Amino acid sequence: MNTTEAAQPALRVNNAYKVFGRRGNEAVKLLKAGKSRKDVSSLGTAAVIDASFDVKPGEIFVVMGLSGSGKSTLIRMLNGLWPMTSGSVVIGDTDIAKISAKKLRKVRQQRISMVFQHFALLPHRTVLQNAAYALEIQGVGAAERTQRANKVLDVVGLNGWGDKYPSELSGGMQQRVGLARALAAETDILLMDEAFSALDPLIRRDMQEQLASLQAELGKTIIFITHDLNEAMFLGDRIAVMRDGEIVQIGTPDDILTHPANDYVSAFVRDVDRTRVLTAGTVMEAPRAVVNLSGGARNALRTMRDLQTSAAFVVDRRRVLLGSVRDREVMALLERGGSELEEIITSSNDPITADTALNDLFGRSVESPVPLPVVDDEGRLIGAIARATLLSALGNVPSSTSGMPVITPGMTAGSDEGTAGSLGDAEQGSTDIEGEVR
Amino acid sequence: MGENLFRIPVGKWVETVLDWITANFNAFFDVVKTVFQDFNDALVWVLTAPPFWAIILVLALLAWLAKSWKLGIGTVIGLLFIYGMNQWQNSMETLALVLVASVIAVVISVPLGILTAKSKIVSTIVKPILDFLQTMPAFVYLIPAILLLGIGAVPGIVATIVFSLAPGTRFTELGIRSVDTEVLEAGQAFGASPGRILRQIQIPLALPTIMAGINQVIMLSLSMVVIAGMVGAGGLGAAVYKALTTLNTPLGVESGLSVVVLAIILDRITASLGQSNVTGRSTS
Repeated sequence: MNTTEAAQPALRVNNAYKVFGRRGNEAVKLLKAGKSRKDVSSLGTAAVIDASFDVKPGEIFVVMGLSGSGKSTLIRMLNGLWPMTSGSVVIGDTDIAKISAKKLRKVRQQRISMVFQHFALLPHRTVLQNAAYALEIQGVGAAERTQRANKVLDVVGLNGWGDKYPSELSGGMQQRVGLARALAAETDILLMDEAFSALDPLIRRDMQEQLASLQAELGKTIIFITHDLNEAMFLGDRIAVMRDGEIVQIGTPDDILTHPANDYVSAFVRDVDRTRVLTAGTVMEAPRAVVNLSGGARNALRTMRDLQTSAAFVVDRRRVLLGSVRDREVMALLERGGSELEEIITSSNDPITADTALNDLFGRSVESPVPLPVVDDEGRLIGAIARATLLSALGNVPSSTSGMPVITPGMTAGSDEGTAGSLGDAEQGSTDIEGEVR
Repeated sequence: MGENLFRIPVGKWVETVLDWITANFNAFFDVVKTVFQDFNDALVWVLTAPPFWAIILVLALLAWLAKSWKLGIGTVIGLLFIYGMNQWQNSMETLALVLVASVIAVVISVPLGILTAKSKIVSTIVKPILDFLQTMPAFVYLIPAILLLGIGAVPGIVATIVFSLAPGTRFTELGIRSVDTEVLEAGQAFGASPGRILRQIQIPLALPTIMAGINQVIMLSLSMVVIAGMVGAGGLGAAVYKALTTLNTPLGVESGLSVVVLAIILDRITASLGQSNVTGRSTS
């Protein structure tokens, strides 16, 4: 790790411990004396053990770990939602463990804000009021906070949604409100607790890109918690890997991939390496050529001609994938005088879901004449992977996975309806790799 | 079987305590009695002084605002039915009693529920007391109430309040406790004070549950009305009690049906109040 930083850290954590349970202090003493987490389990649950790190101003610091690794507890210690059992968290030059509740509230208002996994919006308030909530707490006047909140809603791309209620928005948009609320507070430090984990893959990628560009623009210090290695690699300037309450390695994405500190990290990285890190959900694009079964053969042919493809996916009215048809067969069908697509559908036997690893797709991609369809739990079509997509995604992996393919709505076959449908559907089949429930 | 092996004179003890309270806190209970009596009399006057159709119109309008024009029409039909059965005066007296008891019960139980949700100690103390209040046969409350407050509407009101405290407190505690932790954390993370979190997050999010509790308070109050009638509280309760003691079927049916109509109207209005606030916004 680089130890020659000139600038003062935005946030510094020194030997922080958190043990849940009545006898936490005794447990910390034993842990400091070298006992393991298991040894002290009778005294309490050690959620965070001896965490120390600096976060530099303007960097994205990612804390990554599986569920139960203590990362959610750690982030809540940074703004004092969970008081530490031992150690210190210094924001700027204030040790938040040593100040009164009132002062801590001031620090939270002015220095450090937070974005939550499940958005945590106030359902009885409009989007605008939610975005302005931090300002309201700070005591900013109504006119000014409306103006500032509107500006932030513009920044996150929610212009014109201010009068809606959160329940009227999709998950991705709700999280934009959560982000707007945190940005409106104009704190230097932003805590993000699994902020994109509850979103479906296409929207998640979109949000990651937007966060990266926002950060470049605003220069916020971001501490980002995730269980998704891919997300950590994409966003993180530095990554801290946590296991069983301890930080096992801190380093750049490259460091972690190429010089894993111990067997756990290397197993973690190897185990989810390259083609396994990436899943179908992370590389898929919105399917272009999609026809409805009830549309008939002529319609299918017209769609393929419009899109200049030789094959199309066939779905039913609920967008459940039935299979695919090819132009030659459709032509033959029409010449025979038939028009029902059912007769000529080729259906795939083994569905690909958003969390199928890319590893498993190569063989099938070679054999398949059409792009590989990706479906959700209920069999609905949510994306497609062409051979070119697969190869380009793979080519990008070694260089820190930065250049992931971007979905631009304009490119998707000129049918906006198709894109909207696929995003909406995908949202229901949540593809959390880990499915952590808090 | 013969004599008991041993006898614990709990009843005697309580009687002694009650005697002591009666002797020493007479002035206090006089004040309580006057306040409750005046409150009740005022409400009875408000409900009975105007012509019956004016009251019907006002209640129907309330029902319409709270839920729908259909409930408004239902209210008109129900109240006209009561008037037609010649139970108008009784029903308004009962309505006044229910409202007085419910308002006071809500004023006590909702803050108590918030307190129990906030503090584990308060919760462990209050819980068994609520169990006691809820399971003790309602008639038993009438004895100390009469001893301390005499005959009339006031002991009925007090017994009703005691009986209906439990759901108000329980629902409020449940509602506050089941507010999503992440939303709570959001309030804390942006530096909101506990008071602000209570006002702007916990109470609004718990409101549907709290309103369900208030609905239960009103329903329980209404169910106590008949019992209160036995101690001279008047209204439909007195009518039912009189019908029972004189085996007067027509009076019993008419006053009983009036209780049912009042109950349905009050239930529908208060139930819809809870829904329209938060969840009603979900689709529009």
